[in-house]
Amino acid sequence: MSTGAAISLTHVRKMFGDFTALSDVTFDIADNEFFTLLGPSGCGKTTLLRMIAGFEATSAGTIHLYGDEIEDLPPDKRPVNTVFQNYALFPHMSVSENIGFSLQMLGWAAPDIAARVAQMVEMVRLQEFVHRKPSQLSGGQQQRVALARAMAPRPKVLLLDEPLSALDLKLRQEMRAELKRLQQETGITFIFVTHDQEEALSMSDRIAVMSAGHVQQIGAPQEIYRDPANRFVADFIGETNLLEAVVTEVGEGLLTCRLPDGEVLHAPRAGSAIGVGTAGMLSIRPEAVRLSREAPTGESLKGRLGPATYLGTDTQFIVHLGESLSLTARAQNTETGAAMPQQGDPVFASIAPGAARFLVD
Amino acid sequence: MAAAAGSGRTVSSTFRPVRTWLLMPSWVMIGIFMFLPVLLMLVYSFLTKEFRGGVIWEFTLAAYDQFLFDRGLFGDDSPDIQWAYITIYIRSILQATGATLLCLLIGFPTAFFIATRPAHTRSVWLFLITIPYWVNLLIRTVSMKFLIRENGPLNDGLMALGVIGEPLQLVNTNFAVQLGLFYSYLPFMVLPIYAAVERYNFALSEAAADLYAPKWTILRRIVIPVVKPGIVAGCILVFVPSLGAFLAPDLLGGAKTFMIGSLIEEQFKGNAGNWPFGAACAMILLTLVLLVLMFYARAQAREER
Repeated sequence: MSTGAAISLTHVRKMFGDFTALSDVTFDIADNEFFTLLGPSGCGKTTLLRMIAGFEATSAGTIHLYGDEIEDLPPDKRPVNTVFQNYALFPHMSVSENIGFSLQMLGWAAPDIAARVAQMVEMVRLQEFVHRKPSQLSGGQQQRVALARAMAPRPKVLLLDEPLSALDLKLRQEMRAELKRLQQETGITFIFVTHDQEEALSMSDRIAVMSAGHVQQIGAPQEIYRDPANRFVADFIGETNLLEAVVTEVGEGLLTCRLPDGEVLHAPRAGSAIGVGTAGMLSIRPEAVRLSREAPTGESLKGRLGPATYLGTDTQFIVHLGESLSLTARAQNTETGAAMPQQGDPVFASIAPGAARFLVD
Repeated sequence: MAAAAGSGRTVSSTFRPVRTWLLMPSWVMIGIFMFLPVLLMLVYSFLTKEFRGGVIWEFTLAAYDQFLFDRGLFGDDSPDIQWAYITIYIRSILQATGATLLCLLIGFPTAFFIATRPAHTRSVWLFLITIPYWVNLLIRTVSMKFLIRENGPLNDGLMALGVIGEPLQLVNTNFAVQLGLFYSYLPFMVLPIYAAVERYNFALSEAAADLYAPKWTILRRIVIPVVKPGIVAGCILVFVPSLGAFLAPDLLGGAKTFMIGSLIEEQFKGNAGNWPFGAACAMILLTLVLLVLMFYARAQAREER
C-alpha cells in the first residue's frame, strides 16, 4: 500500500459460492484520479465497485481508503458515494430533496443544506427543476441529479456504475465532457465502471482492463491502446487484426515474425521472455495498415481487395491475403472523395513502422 | 407508480367499434348485480316499514329519523339525539381500525418477506398464505373461538408455559373481534403490499445507505413512502369489509361488541326486521366509506402536485 493513494486494493478476492467473481486484485488508485474499470459484462468490475462502496463484502484481502481500512464498514459509514446505473433517484422526493438527503442524514443544519443544494444544483445546471420529481425529468436531467446527489456530501471518492449506459449517443457524448469537467473542478477521485471502451479512452487518466475476474492491464488510455499487454486487451480496446505468427529472429529491439503463409513482418521487441520459435499473435490496428496499388518500398503484404464499408469519416477495407487470412484496413476519407480501388483489385498492404505488436498470450 | 394513475390510455381506433360490444357483459353484470342493488337499497331506505318485514311504498324519512333521533316510546316526545346507533358506528370504526392496524403490523413484514424470496419460491409462499382461505369463513371463525376460549389450546398452552396463572377471558372481548377480523382479511393486506414491494427497486435502499441513511431511516424515509400505494390499498381492502362484518363480531364478540354488520343483519332477519331502517343503516355506512375514500383521494392529489 503506497501512501497518498485514494484507494488501495490488496489481494482482494470475491467468491459467490464456487464462482470466483474477482481473483486476487491488487492495485492503487491515486488521489484526484479519473480511474476507469473497463471490461465486458461479468468481468467483475461492478463487483469490485460494489465492494468499495460497501454493498458486497470481500471474501479476502483489504481495501484502504486514504490509508484507513474500510472493508468492515457498512455503506452508510464510508465516505464514498455512488452514482447508480439507473440513477436510483428517490421517486417521491423532489430534485432538491434528493440532493439534500445525505446532508440531512449527516445532521447538517437546514440553512447549510439549502446552501449546499443550491450550489450543487447550479453545478449541474438544474436551477429551473429543483421542485420537480424525478419522473418529470428527462434521462439526462435525471443523470445530473444523480451526480449532484452523490457529490453533495463531498465524498472523498465518487463511484460511478455505468452511469451513461441509459442515455442516447448524443447525450452520452455531452455527459462525458461534463463528467470530466466536474471531476477536474471538484478534484474528487472518480472510479468509473464501463463496458464502453470509447467512454473509457475519452475520459480516464488511467484504465484497468478487466476480464474474468482478473485485471489484465492498467495504464493510461494511449498506453493501453498502443501497447496492449495481451490478446484480450488488444481485441477489447478498439479494433485490431490478430495474425498468428512465429518469431524467427530476435534482433536489437526488433522481432522478425513469420506469418503462416510465409510472409515476414517486423515488430518492436518488448519483454525478454520472447525467443526464436515463440508462437503468438501479431496485433495490427486497422489505421496502421496502408493500402497502395503499387508495391511500396519496404515490407508489404500482397493481397486482393475485399468489400469496403463506408463509415463517414473513414472507409474500412477488407484485404484478402491468402486462402484464410485477411486484414482489416481503415483509411480516412478525403474531402473530395478520391477514387478508391475497386473490390477484387490487387493491392499492397504495408504496416506503419513500429505499429505491429507481438503478443504471447 | 402513483403518478401513472392519472394517465389514461387510449385504445387504438381499430378496436373502437367492437370495444362497446366486448365490454357489454361487464357493463350488464356490474349494472344488474352491483349498481341496481345499491339503488334498490337507497330507495328502500326512504320507504315505510311493513311489520313482518318488507316495505309499504310510501315515501318517508322515518328510517333516518330513527337512526338519529330518540322521540320516546310513542314517538311524540321532543327529539333527543339517539346515541345507541351512533355508538355502534363509532365502535365499528374503532374495531375496524384495530383490525386494520393488526393486519398492517403482521401483513407488512410478511409481504416484505415473501417479496424478497428468490422468484421461484415466492409463489409457494403466496400459496401458503391463501391455504386457510380455502375453508369456509364461518368454520374458520368458529375454530378461532375454539382456539381462544377459556380452556382452549391458547390458554392451556400459555398456562402450561407458566406465562399466565389463570385462563385469559378472550372470547366476547373487543380484542377477540379484532383477532377474528384480522384472521378473516389478512390476505387482503398481504397481497397488495406484496405487489408493491415486488416492484420496489432495492437499488433505492442501497442508494439511501450509500447516502448515510441508517437501516430504520431507509425503511421510514424510502421504502414505506415508495410502497405506500400498496399499503393504502391493503388498508382499504381490510378496513371496508371489517366495518360491515358480522360473522366475527357475532361469534367472537358479545353484546358489548355489537357492530354495524350485526345491526343491519338484524333488520333483515326474521319477523323483528325493519327493512327501511336496515337499508338506511347500510346507506349511512356506504356514505361514510365513500367520504373516507374521497378524502384520501383528495389528499393524494394534493401530494402529487
